Amino acid sequence: MQDVLRIMTCGSVDDGKSTLIGHLLYDAKLIFTDQEKALELESRLAGSDGNLDYSLLLDGLSSEREQGITIDVAYRYFATPKRRFIVADTPGHEEYTRNMAVGASNSDLAILLIDANKGVSTQTKRHLRICSLMGIEEFVFAVNKMDEVGYQRKVYDEICTDIDELLADIQTGSKLSIPLSALKGDNITEKSSHMPWYAGPALLEYLESVRIGDYGEQGFIMPVQRVSRAEGDFRGLQGQITSGSIQVGESVSIYPGEKTATVKSIISDKKHVASASAGMAVSVEIAEDVDVSRGHVLAINANIKEANMFEAYLLWMDEKALKEGRSYIIKLASQQKPVSVMKLKYRVNIENGRQEYSRSLSKNELGCVDFICPGSLVMDSFDRHRALGRFILIDRLTNMTAGCGVIRHILRRGDNLSHQEQDVTRKMRQEALGQQARTIWFTGLSGSGKSQLANGLEKYLASTGRHTMLLDGDNIRLGINKDLGFNEYDRTENIRRVAEIAKLMNDAGLIVITAFISPFSEDREMARTIIGDELFIEVYVSTPIEECEKRDVKGLYQKARRGEIPNFTGIGSPYEAPDNPDIIMDTTNAVVNESIEVLAQKIESLLNVE
Amino acid sequence: MCSGWIKDMITKELDRLESEAIYIMREVASEAEKPVMLYSIGKDSSVMLRLAEKAFYPEPIPFPLMHIDTGWKFKEMIAFRDRIAQKHNLNMIVYTNEDGVRRGLNPFDHGAAYTDIMKTEALKQALNKYGFTAAFGGGRRDEEKSRAKERIFSFRNEYHAWDPRNQRPELWDLYNTNIAQGESIRVFPLSNWTERDIWMYIQKEGIDVVPLYFAKERPVVYRNGNIIMVDDERMRLLPGEHVVTKKIRFRTLGCYPLTGGVESEAETIDAVVAETFAAADSERTSRIIDGDGGVFSMENRKKEGYF
Repeated sequence: MQDVLRIMTCGSVDDGKSTLIGHLLYDAKLIFTDQEKALELESRLAGSDGNLDYSLLLDGLSSEREQGITIDVAYRYFATPKRRFIVADTPGHEEYTRNMAVGASNSDLAILLIDANKGVSTQTKRHLRICSLMGIEEFVFAVNKMDEVGYQRKVYDEICTDIDELLADIQTGSKLSIPLSALKGDNITEKSSHMPWYAGPALLEYLESVRIGDYGEQGFIMPVQRVSRAEGDFRGLQGQITSGSIQVGESVSIYPGEKTATVKSIISDKKHVASASAGMAVSVEIAEDVDVSRGHVLAINANIKEANMFEAYLLWMDEKALKEGRSYIIKLASQQKPVSVMKLKYRVNIENGRQEYSRSLSKNELGCVDFICPGSLVMDSFDRHRALGRFILIDRLTNMTAGCGVIRHILRRGDNLSHQEQDVTRKMRQEALGQQARTIWFTGLSGSGKSQLANGLEKYLASTGRHTMLLDGDNIRLGINKDLGFNEYDRTENIRRVAEIAKLMNDAGLIVITAFISPFSEDREMARTIIGDELFIEVYVSTPIEECEKRDVKGLYQKARRGEIPNFTGIGSPYEAPDNPDIIMDTTNAVVNESIEVLAQKIESLLNVE
Repeated sequence: MCSGWIKDMITKELDRLESEAIYIMREVASEAEKPVMLYSIGKDSSVMLRLAEKAFYPEPIPFPLMHIDTGWKFKEMIAFRDRIAQKHNLNMIVYTNEDGVRRGLNPFDHGAAYTDIMKTEALKQALNKYGFTAAFGGGRRDEEKSRAKERIFSFRNEYHAWDPRNQRPELWDLYNTNIAQGESIRVFPLSNWTERDIWMYIQKEGIDVVPLYFAKERPVVYRNGNIIMVDDERMRLLPGEHVVTKKIRFRTLGCYPLTGGVESEAETIDAVVAETFAAADSERTSRIIDGDGGVFSMENRKKEGYF
């Protein structure tokens, strides 16, 4: 038996959610006397017709009271002799779907209210899909306002048929439909005499006894929240165990890297303990001097993954729509990293569950999205390990929580295409050409001197017998990328294609030089990931904007200043300088030929490393 | 008092609440630039302190504690604070709005303005002075209706104001602590605890609390249905009021002229727990401050930056 049941209620605006929970609390004699006094007072204030308005027990914020709708999630705590309950009362208004997702993410069971007058609504479908997405598997369908339809069995039976239809493509554990009246109290805490035809339990009785299944997670997992250091060389890995158990002396794998270590000690409740299990917040000491920090994950026999691409179901919650190519911060367990939307595969039609083509996801929309992370994340699919399969996305500018999702699968590059094994390899081609393939990636503002340096470098390399290829912004844009514009998505796609081309040319053994502004560090990180860290040389042309604008070779800065070019890097759109480039070149006071000479020397030292 | 399996259920639930609070504290200690724990000397703060010790042991608590002292707290509270700080070797900051003291603000003449200046304003000043970016508070959702909707992480703008329309959704246990320069977060690790849980935990853990929580004969006056303790000579009596000795205890603690006690025989923790199980009045009725300004007073205070 569970010690606590976390419940959420959802329904449309007038379905009577707050009244249902208010009545449940009231009938179960769970209201403190002074609140009861306050209720009578407030009912008078609200101008009710003398009946107690149970919903006033739950609504709390003045702004929402004025609008007559619940805008947030209210948590109520009560206990019967059989069980403890936390009830999340969640809003039904369409605009506030995100709060419902919040309630669902913190609940084990959902009560979906259906107005007997209206039957299953669009909202019911939406709420069911959101609950399911957030991992709820237990449902109660409360067919409310039965008093208004004369307690007719026929009405209830018809609604039940619709519910079954609705559940066809949703994964559920146990589920129950109950005909009730939140206002009159039928089938809330006691079976109603108005509906003798209903054979099931009253709502409270059911909630007191329903069992919540475990999610069958394999192995031990603990995301490391914090590394604690204390006197006597103590180093404790602090975290909450999300599945399985661990014992002193056991061998544990540390991700990323899958390094092996031995559990030296476990501290819980200020004491050393021999073992610990799911749900406990512990400190784990390991015997070996392995590098561990926040974001790492300890695991035993859990078969979790390190990956940089995954497919996820996503609920979007931000005013600014999600678009392909955009980048966000992902928080997954204790990891926070940049992540980009690689592909919006489809939007889910909330009403019928159908997949629809879309280039963006708006607030309150649900979709299936492929993500790519410049680094890698330790993860798993949500159905295998919940804690490593769910995440939030954070807007990089506003810091708002913009979306939440669950991982469906991990994607591996070319998972669906088997990479054709070739007998002639890059290594052989390099040997034939007598050089090491590299991509020399220039980044810097417009007018910083990238193209000039890149051109000069290529001439130098060619003169030393190297086989090279220069990819420059304009000739790529006029050719292979002529279908792309300058919006966020297209800019990222432009860089992605350049990186893929560079990769192919590297495979051919060539030294590739690219000259693109490439202002966003995450785009450059994506390019680095595609090309391969060991082949990637980043050259930051750091000429300051004042100098670039003074030169203004193409007259672009003038145009941008006049507002004719929106999103011009350095003026309407930021330039993110690299943190740790391989080479930095400032051309402000330099003579071109001298700069190229300096650059060539630096490149030489990097080119000949195996 | 209660049968074995109920006790077992409660212990399991307390363990769950404990783990949750520890998890939240560790998240903040890892992600926030400069956290602080607001220490109000009350029972919730005492529980928070115990949880913080557990969260980081054997490391000392990696952030300071801070008490906003209005100058009107019960004498026993201040003595308790100093004793605990010494016993646990805590980094305890005490902050008082000296400007308010100079202006002679007091709870008798200045009512709501006193609370605003000596508590709300003082807290803002203290947070600014030390540059704290995250502050733990002992608030619980079961205390009061508008708190039932408060999130665990509550975001404040550069003026420390809370905007109910601009708070972040909290999904699963994934807390987004990212903030811009000047913004701050209030964090409530005890959000999901009830008054009953707090007392059960104090009992289970043997946590030291201010003796004012236990019934004792104390000098009091009856005022507007509240029992106010005469803690020192600054207490002003209204015409017709006189000091009587009554056996009372307190369910919440604050500034003594603004805190109502309840008549009680509960002299021990076991008796307090038994009394709390039978409680018919939710605890905030004894804190007069919420009554000022009508039904939504608490919420308005929060918008202004009250904890």
